[in-house]
Amino acid sequence: MREVYLDYSATTPVKQEVLQEMLPYFCEKFGNASSLYTPGLEAKSALDHAREQVAELINAKPTEIYFTGCGSEADNWVLYGVADAYKEKGNHIITTVEEHHAMLHTCEYLAKHGYEITYLPIDAEGRLNLQDLENAITDRTILISCMLVNNEIGTIHPIKDIAAIAKKHGILVHTDAVQGLGNVPIDVKDMGIDFLSMSAHKIYGPKGVGALYMRKGIRIPNLIHGGAQEMGKRAGTENVPGIVGFGKAAELARLNFAQHVEHASRLRNLLAEKIVAEIPDVMINGEMEERHPGNLNVTFKYIEGESILLLLDQYHICVSTGSACSSKSLKPSHVLAALGVSDELIHGTVRFTTGDFTTEEDIDYVVECLKKVVKTLRDLSPLGPDKGWK
Amino acid sequence: MGLYNDTVMENFLNPKNVGEIENPSGVGVYGSPVCGDMMQMHIKVDENDVITDCKFKTFGCGSAIASSSMATQMIIGKTVEEALAITNKDVVKELGGLPAVKIHCSVLADHAIKSAIYDYAQKNGKTYKGLEGFDPNADDDDEGAAE
Repeated sequence: MREVYLDYSATTPVKQEVLQEMLPYFCEKFGNASSLYTPGLEAKSALDHAREQVAELINAKPTEIYFTGCGSEADNWVLYGVADAYKEKGNHIITTVEEHHAMLHTCEYLAKHGYEITYLPIDAEGRLNLQDLENAITDRTILISCMLVNNEIGTIHPIKDIAAIAKKHGILVHTDAVQGLGNVPIDVKDMGIDFLSMSAHKIYGPKGVGALYMRKGIRIPNLIHGGAQEMGKRAGTENVPGIVGFGKAAELARLNFAQHVEHASRLRNLLAEKIVAEIPDVMINGEMEERHPGNLNVTFKYIEGESILLLLDQYHICVSTGSACSSKSLKPSHVLAALGVSDELIHGTVRFTTGDFTTEEDIDYVVECLKKVVKTLRDLSPLGPDKGWK
Repeated sequence: MGLYNDTVMENFLNPKNVGEIENPSGVGVYGSPVCGDMMQMHIKVDENDVITDCKFKTFGCGSAIASSSMATQMIIGKTVEEALAITNKDVVKELGGLPAVKIHCSVLADHAIKSAIYDYAQKNGKTYKGLEGFDPNADDDDEGAAE
């Protein structure tokens, strides 16, 4: 049976070229990058090269790139680091309601420890209102953080404009670019940002490695103290194979950028058109303009997301859902709720993300299977257009 | 492997007694789309108070559908009193277990059955011990849920 993976926003397969680049660093060139003998120097050299590759993807200097264990760690580091370093200046952080949990839960923790957090709302199309940001700024604000691309509905935010507002008020600005890296052009100099979080496994690199861009001249305390790795700012023996993989993945993302965006968006648009044309009672959430090229978020009325996902899994199709039933917390997607999507509709949403390995045949197959799945679930649902349902 | 065992998956993929009954003896609806789980049960009861047929329709996740399917199978052929004695724990047991976060789906099925019987009782002027204290309009929460 055909297998179709349409959850590239969750993770991506490691590309062969990336894997080949990584392999020597497991068994042959396994040296500790801090060691002074040849194998150590070899490992260090590989790290430096990877650092350059990642820096080039975002137009940063290599010395502004710090490797971490994941994107979440980079997010945590910025929040705790700035909160601590700037506590004399203030205790107020501005972020948005739709951030990833790595940002939100860390902010919640800070709120219990003397910090005030403002969460800017998004409108029905997933957009922020820059006036809301201006209005929220106080003389105690020490950080503004807004994700570059939202993971659930794919909205691309105007980070350059947000940074301009932050700069006007002398406030540091961070963006969580975990979903945006490789999908939207990033130039940290042009954007004027101070911090940016990244993750390798979203761009066909390995899991377990991320990075923080921190603009030269900024000083925040370490999150991880210990040895002098990562220019003394993030201790822990470096995951050389992982970092090498991240570097290669970043290089490929830069070289293939236009092709990747064209391919992903063409197939995503095809999927959207076919779903809307062939399946009744569906809604696309979020605007199609200024959107992650591969993201599609659809509500299927009268049926529930986890059951859609389980039935699609029977057809070897992988997607994700905003339904509460599928989350361990039983809470529905906070992003869709922030968009103003009503609870009952959130339960019926599915997120599809196309990627480099998606084909047109995959899209055709998925739509055929979706039709069957949706029919099966609607036949067994007590809800319908005439049954007390908006 | 996976979230659900084979019995649950079987009841989800090939649910029994899906649908509605023409001229049902009782109808019960429990839950709501806002919560993400909603079950509708139709029952047919004969002159001996035996439930001869039961059909369900469910909006909900894998557990919700599986729980509804199992619940209908458990009450067909039973008397109303016997059906009222069935608890959500029994549904979970017949399913071979549900993940802890999904136990509430079995509670929903239990309530949906009782709602249908309550409706039947109201329509026929009957009372049952097993319905004492039952409120068909109570909120869906985990009261009485098995751990």
